[in-house]
Amino acid sequence: MEQATISVDRSMIHCRGAWTLPNLVQLERQIQTLRWPDGSDVRFDTVGVTAMDTGGALLLQRCLKHSPRNGQASVPQGLRPEFADLLQKVQLQWPRPEQWRVVGGTSWAAGLTRAVQSRQAATSRALAFIGESTIAFGRALVRPRSIRWRALLRFVELDGVRALPITGLLTFLVGIVIAYQGAEQLRKFGTNIFIVDLVGISLLREIAPLIVAILIAGRSGSAYAAEIGTMKVTEELDAVRTLGISPMNLLVLPRALALVIALPLLTVYADVVGVFGGMLIALGELNVSFVEFVARFEEAVPVRHFLIGLGKAPFFAALIALVGCYQGFQIRGGVDDVGRHTTISVVQGIFLVIVFDAICSILLNWWDL
Amino acid sequence: MSSATDIEMPVIEVSHVATKFGRAVVHEDISLSIRRGEIFAIAGGNGCGKTTLLREIIGLVTPSSGTIRLFGLDSRTLEMGDGHPVHRRFGVMFQQGGLFSSLTLAENVAVPLREHTTLSAGLIRDIVAAKIAMVELPPDSAAKYPNELSGGMRRRAALARAIVMDPELLFLDEPTAGLDPIVATAFDELVLSLKRLLGLTVVMVTHDLDSLWGIATRVAVLGRGAVLGIGTMQELARSDDPIVRDYFHGPRGRAAREQAARNGHRRDA
Repeated sequence: MEQATISVDRSMIHCRGAWTLPNLVQLERQIQTLRWPDGSDVRFDTVGVTAMDTGGALLLQRCLKHSPRNGQASVPQGLRPEFADLLQKVQLQWPRPEQWRVVGGTSWAAGLTRAVQSRQAATSRALAFIGESTIAFGRALVRPRSIRWRALLRFVELDGVRALPITGLLTFLVGIVIAYQGAEQLRKFGTNIFIVDLVGISLLREIAPLIVAILIAGRSGSAYAAEIGTMKVTEELDAVRTLGISPMNLLVLPRALALVIALPLLTVYADVVGVFGGMLIALGELNVSFVEFVARFEEAVPVRHFLIGLGKAPFFAALIALVGCYQGFQIRGGVDDVGRHTTISVVQGIFLVIVFDAICSILLNWWDL
Repeated sequence: MSSATDIEMPVIEVSHVATKFGRAVVHEDISLSIRRGEIFAIAGGNGCGKTTLLREIIGLVTPSSGTIRLFGLDSRTLEMGDGHPVHRRFGVMFQQGGLFSSLTLAENVAVPLREHTTLSAGLIRDIVAAKIAMVELPPDSAAKYPNELSGGMRRRAALARAIVMDPELLFLDEPTAGLDPIVATAFDELVLSLKRLLGLTVVMVTHDLDSLWGIATRVAVLGRGAVLGIGTMQELARSDDPIVRDYFHGPRGRAAREQAARNGHRRDA
């Protein structure tokens, strides 16, 4: 490929070669190090320019501006007419810097204002969503026939039954881990049998519901956001609305109710599997037989711990489902928006679950439960 | 840049291309060649494989048999973004724009320059600004994201990105589909003026009879898996192939032709 050159000969600036993209890097460097002639009688000789594209025209334009002739931009001599056209086009379109300032960023005050405004808008949208879903839920209670049972059962299968293996495996492992850590300490005091209290109460009351909720937030909450968001992007949601169907009724209620049903069931299952994991370690590490374990379990773990754990599950479920669906409805733009809101749905879902759990712990402690 | 051999050699040569997706036959036998400096339109009914042919030419789809040569290179050698230097010699404007939704318009237009050149940030910015102005987008749209732009503006932005490297060859997939008649006509004018300014060869897939009469130098009509007719619009209008006749002599075809006649064939103006 032919090189592009620029050189100075007294008051004449010679431009030669192919002023095209591949040559622009070194051409720009040449221009920067060029010793510009003094005086106002500078001429540009461009007969030798064999090719020129937009970038080349822009560089030539820079040179012309750099050495003005009697206060006006110089006119290159001998430039081929097609290149002259391009140069003229570029001259007309020379970007004015003020039009570009938007790209650079704005003042911090404006940024803060915008952040506060968008928070405010998001809060009111979230409140509106909570209100709408409560109304839809109330209507469904009054008229249970309006609930879409088929969809609901499908979600119970997708988000409950199909989640059995993973929730089972995880709580089983967590049961083992708790028992191992406890076994170490209990053996020191010779109070091996208290492994039952440790595993039973911690799992039933706190750990199992929490583990299940966190898993489901990652598994189902994100799916809800992505599904609804994609429907929004593909205008399916608009179609639903114009067909006179309530998106709340069609999309949100079945998902939320399905999780409210599935999560407590999963929690019971996780309780059993987790305690079984603890039993295995109790047998292996502390010589507590299954019979002893079960006998102790009956007296050491009051049923209220099981009920408290179970009672939290539907609330976890409602939080996860509503956050997932809400984030789905918030998706506006395109592909990256779907990803962003899906992530937010998981993070917020887990956050709310843990906050709710903490509040429950504090309140229940006050009431001595 | 243009030596004598370049002028004689067709920019694109499609010979005996057949395409099958499973049992569905899209093309049976397609041959055509596109010369430097023309605005070549690929026309035909819905589902006749126009866009597929375009995707084959730019190497996104491999034909079942036959060869396609782009600047004399077999298009199979430039499959899928492997950074082959020929990618700098053509630009593509996709039907939906194909703009990256996480980047602003200016950043979108700058992507090819940032990927393929080591130009200074200042010069990249100047080139991007010049291209945005060339496609007649307002400067304040530069900082906007694709989902904040209207359909016509998105089309222009995609065009700006396609021409930012000053390619020799520009592919347009349905450039005026879904645009209102005023914007569509303006877009045709824009393609024509850019072609003159940058010395482009343009290949476009289109249904738009106004574009075909208004700016196309030559047109190929696809149908029944083959090229049914190829030539200028005047030549095609005299064709006795029933599909070609139906295509150009329906009520819309006649109206577009009369319109073009009134405008006195801007094409060679």
